[in-house]
Amino acid sequence: MTLLDDAKSDTSSPSPSSNTPGKKKRQSPLAVFREMPILVKLSALWVLLIVVGSIYGKIDVLLDDVLPLQDPILQTNAFNPDTLEFGTGTPSENPSLTHWLGTDSIARDGFARIVHGSWVSLIVALVSATFGIVVGGFLGSLVGFVRGKTETIIMSLIDVILAFPALVLLLAMVSIFEVRNLYVISLVIGFLSIPAYTRVARANSLAISNREFVLAAQAIGTKPSKILFREIIPNVYQSLLSYALVAAAFVIVVEGTLSFLGLSVQLPTPTWGNMINEARSNINLTVWPVVWPSLALTFTVLSFNQIGDFFQKRNAVRGSAL
Amino acid sequence: MIKMLGLRLARLVATLFAVSVITFAMTLLLPGDPINAILPPTTERDPQIVAQIREEYGLDNNIAVRYKDWLNDAVLHQDLGTSYVTRGQKVTDQIKNRVPVTAQLALMAVVIALFFAIPIGVLGAYRQSKWDDQLTSAGMQVALSIPNFIAAIMLGWLFAIKLDLLPNTGWARISKEGLLANLKTSILPATALALTQMAIFSRLVRSDMIATLQENYILSARAKGLPDRFVLFRHALRPSSLSLITIVGINFGALLGGTVVIEQVFSLPGLGSKLLSAISSRDILMVQGITVFIATVYVIVNTLVDLLYIVIDPRIRRS
Repeated sequence: MTLLDDAKSDTSSPSPSSNTPGKKKRQSPLAVFREMPILVKLSALWVLLIVVGSIYGKIDVLLDDVLPLQDPILQTNAFNPDTLEFGTGTPSENPSLTHWLGTDSIARDGFARIVHGSWVSLIVALVSATFGIVVGGFLGSLVGFVRGKTETIIMSLIDVILAFPALVLLLAMVSIFEVRNLYVISLVIGFLSIPAYTRVARANSLAISNREFVLAAQAIGTKPSKILFREIIPNVYQSLLSYALVAAAFVIVVEGTLSFLGLSVQLPTPTWGNMINEARSNINLTVWPVVWPSLALTFTVLSFNQIGDFFQKRNAVRGSAL
Repeated sequence: MIKMLGLRLARLVATLFAVSVITFAMTLLLPGDPINAILPPTTERDPQIVAQIREEYGLDNNIAVRYKDWLNDAVLHQDLGTSYVTRGQKVTDQIKNRVPVTAQLALMAVVIALFFAIPIGVLGAYRQSKWDDQLTSAGMQVALSIPNFIAAIMLGWLFAIKLDLLPNTGWARISKEGLLANLKTSILPATALALTQMAIFSRLVRSDMIATLQENYILSARAKGLPDRFVLFRHALRPSSLSLITIVGINFGALLGGTVVIEQVFSLPGLGSKLLSAISSRDILMVQGITVFIATVYVIVNTLVDLLYIVIDPRIRRS
């Protein structure tokens, strides 16, 4: 038992005898934040802002508009049956104190739509990362460890899915569904995320399977399943998490593209992609309703890329130091 | 060498086979009668037509037989079926008609991307961490993060609406309207498509070159007194071009996916816009045909890139 425990603690430091500097157990998020270069810090803040905003918007919807945020679907120039008056808004307004980012072509508040629009992007990114990490991470860890026929079969399947251009396969799969809601879209994108994660996990698992602590565990006769779950998977997951950030950036673009093509969640649910598409028909008159969601989308993608790059570099330095 | 070629070709055939199985299986995923896959739910069900389709597609046969017939037609007769949504358009005719647009776009995008990416990457490596490197690196980071449809809309807005220099939509075929007219309609979409690729390529060239510049033969070339420009482009760039070829091949898939959106933004008569219109009219046979075609092209391009790699790099050839 004690030997096994030793082998387990090895996962954070390479050999029990040497005291490597990277031994600190887990840094607090704040300490990691301080480590970041200024651009990455800004990116982290932006992502935090988007996450808080999307949850705020969702709570607002669930509590029937009690929070101070306008209704993203309400046409502010529409007739109000309670007061028997028309709203005071006008279509395609410029930014003002009442409408921070102006209004769109049918007088809906631009700012509220941006805040609410982040929900779909983030949920799709989250579901895709969960699918990728749980399923892809497990498959990759498994085949990198056991090798043999299992590896050949699973990896050929993965390679076939990756043989399709991603967006084309996604379009083909989405076209099968008649009803496209957030469940369908995030499940399809989540499913299609598995192959890439599997590849990354396998590469990591292959490297880890040859490390001393795994060999030691094998030498003392630990059950393979135990080695897989106690030694391989926890280590693979660390690198998968930083990959997940970069993958999230990609997935957000993909969802934005689907929305833009009108093949993601149905209207009138606001998403950044469908906002861009709707505003595009009026681009002759005003470009701003296109610009705001475009900026939101680009900033978010840029931020996820920056943070992902930061963690990948950080892990790489750690890995090479071991 | 021969053995390697054989192995690679065998893998190509196996992958293509698997791709065809998956694409064929798409129609089976639809719930209910496969007739639903061929006739969209909105069209009227004339029993005579339904019977005719059943006969033509052998829908009463089992799945294996149907797959065999479909593959047979596709490979031997280049026939991917006839769309019943658009009144008897042959899928392959549509593909043939629209391939030139998509191919030209993808090719132009690669050329534009490389044209800018190589100098930028070389500059970045040469001036590593100096102000110009930091500026271009940051610029490439941003270029990488702009979704291509946004780039397309913004380019269209700037050059077609604000400056009124180029047409915002439409396509002029070289054969009909000449090269200049064609370039006028293709330059914006190709540029939009090239932006992300340019960022990826230049990052690769930069990091590759930084490693290459540490090599001894670069030092000796410099010691001989060769001018920097000569060392950079003649000596250092060569080995980096190998990984560049690979990444161009791998990114070709992203490029093919990208053309779908770009064609839609600029209303170009390419494969992608046909795919989208087929999706919205639930024309599954057309979707299936175009998907299998694009995937086949992608798989073949990747194999060719692998082979090219073997031809170019003597180290791989020998091993």
